[in-house]
Amino acid sequence: MTIKEKENVIIEEFSIFDDWMDKYAYLIELGKELPVIDEKYKTTQYLITGCQSRAWLFAEVDESGKVFFTADSDAVITKGIISLLIKVLSGNTPREILDADLSFLEKIGLKEHLSPTRANGLVSMVKQIQFYARAFQLKSNVKKMKR
Amino acid sequence: MLYNIKQIREEFPILKQTINNKPLVYFDNAATTQKPIQVIDRISEYYKKENSNVHRGVHHLSQVATEKYESARKYIAEYINASDPKEVIFTRGTTESINLIANAFEGFINEGDELVITSMEHHSNLVPWQQLCFRRGAELVVIKANQKGEIDPDGFKKILDEKTKLVALTHISNVLGTINPVKEITRLAHDVGAPVLIDGAQAIAHIPVDVKDIDCDFYTFSGHKTYAPMGIGVLYGKTQWMEKLPPYQFGGEMIDSVHFDNTTFNELPYKFEAGTPNVAGALGLEAAIRYIDRYGVVNIKKYEDELLDYATAELEKIDGVQIIGKADEKTAVISFVVEDIHMYDIGTLLDQMGIAIRTGNHCAQPLVESYGLTGTVRLSLAMYNTIEEIDIFIEALKKVIALIR
Repeated sequence: MTIKEKENVIIEEFSIFDDWMDKYAYLIELGKELPVIDEKYKTTQYLITGCQSRAWLFAEVDESGKVFFTADSDAVITKGIISLLIKVLSGNTPREILDADLSFLEKIGLKEHLSPTRANGLVSMVKQIQFYARAFQLKSNVKKMKR
Repeated sequence: MLYNIKQIREEFPILKQTINNKPLVYFDNAATTQKPIQVIDRISEYYKKENSNVHRGVHHLSQVATEKYESARKYIAEYINASDPKEVIFTRGTTESINLIANAFEGFINEGDELVITSMEHHSNLVPWQQLCFRRGAELVVIKANQKGEIDPDGFKKILDEKTKLVALTHISNVLGTINPVKEITRLAHDVGAPVLIDGAQAIAHIPVDVKDIDCDFYTFSGHKTYAPMGIGVLYGKTQWMEKLPPYQFGGEMIDSVHFDNTTFNELPYKFEAGTPNVAGALGLEAAIRYIDRYGVVNIKKYEDELLDYATAELEKIDGVQIIGKADEKTAVISFVVEDIHMYDIGTLLDQMGIAIRTGNHCAQPLVESYGLTGTVRLSLAMYNTIEEIDIFIEALKKVIALIR
């Protein structure tokens, strides 16, 4: 599935709920599916700044050049939001990750979380994900040049 | 005047709105209070009919503005029982008031001196003193609150001596709600010759304040936590100190005469009011304190105490809720944590239900950490809150806990 297709699946899933409470309950459930970061990476180095809750993010790239994320947070809503991002973005190339517009977050009714003034750190999470993607892309470009 | 809560709520226009289709329940009053129509109207009237720069012009409007500005000072001085209106300096707020004193004290602090604060200070009554100590090679001594969130004056007795050059403490903790025994601590500080500054940001709207009775040397508060606008505050300072202290900022009304080789400064209170002052803010603050006085701060306190007792009892009934700060003398500020649930989750979900509370360290990081926490959920009540709102909050909190668990 492409990023866009995965986004559409999530939009559809969330559209079942009219009540915001059910939406949050589902978001919290999704948080439980989060690929959890290895305890050894739960350090300040992998801490995402800008969250009122603590959240950690780690990324690695496989041989085919796809990026995989793991994360965790001590707040369940934050965990749910990272889980959504990872669901959509993990397993894609750095280029695909950088090109994603992530408009699905707005469409599922979590728009208020997109505001940079919110203390949930969604904006910082997205930045951190893009930072990893950019770094991996740069690395692979350098490799190609050496060949 | 009779404490008519229905009428009071009518007087605060913002309370009529809905958030996420739910009636607004505003429980973040320790951060800032809402403004009654009397204050809003006063500011608007000033800009419609009286706006002019003060103390300068000979023209009619300037005279009017100056007169109103000075009469606001006089009213506030009387309200806090200062000896003279010139002991009331208008500032931007508590933070600026404290920074003013911390800077003006520079020349009075030397290596080896001690400045004494408590562990429950807001960062604004901690960092200015800490930095002053760094600059002057002095030591910052911290008196720790006990588990209940109370300061034992005996703790001060042991610490205070001839090395103590200043004591700074909060009247009421913005995290715990504790009302500190400021009068007793002031007496102890004066016994060793140390002046006392009291951070009254959380006090002025909620309990009677009499600076003469406390006998403190400096008392500070902000307008915006007192039903007045943002950007206005007060520094009260005893004349004998304020005469001695050097100016803090230069220019404008604080000047007497200027030559290229020297400048002389204006007298009190103008010496500490550089630049064009916030006249509309000062008039708004006067209107706000008149508003408080109309209902009577003693009646407000009585009413808020009922809210405090009710909210505390209801919160304690909920499984896993732990209240932080259980001082015998406290105002309607309640910090709490819920076992295994992050404060941020609680704050986010309560917001969805139209309830405004605060989460985090409340600008008092060392205090919150002393309880082994990174933050708390805090509700802070004001004269316009109601028992019904507390019921809504409690029901909402129960829902949130059920959802997360």
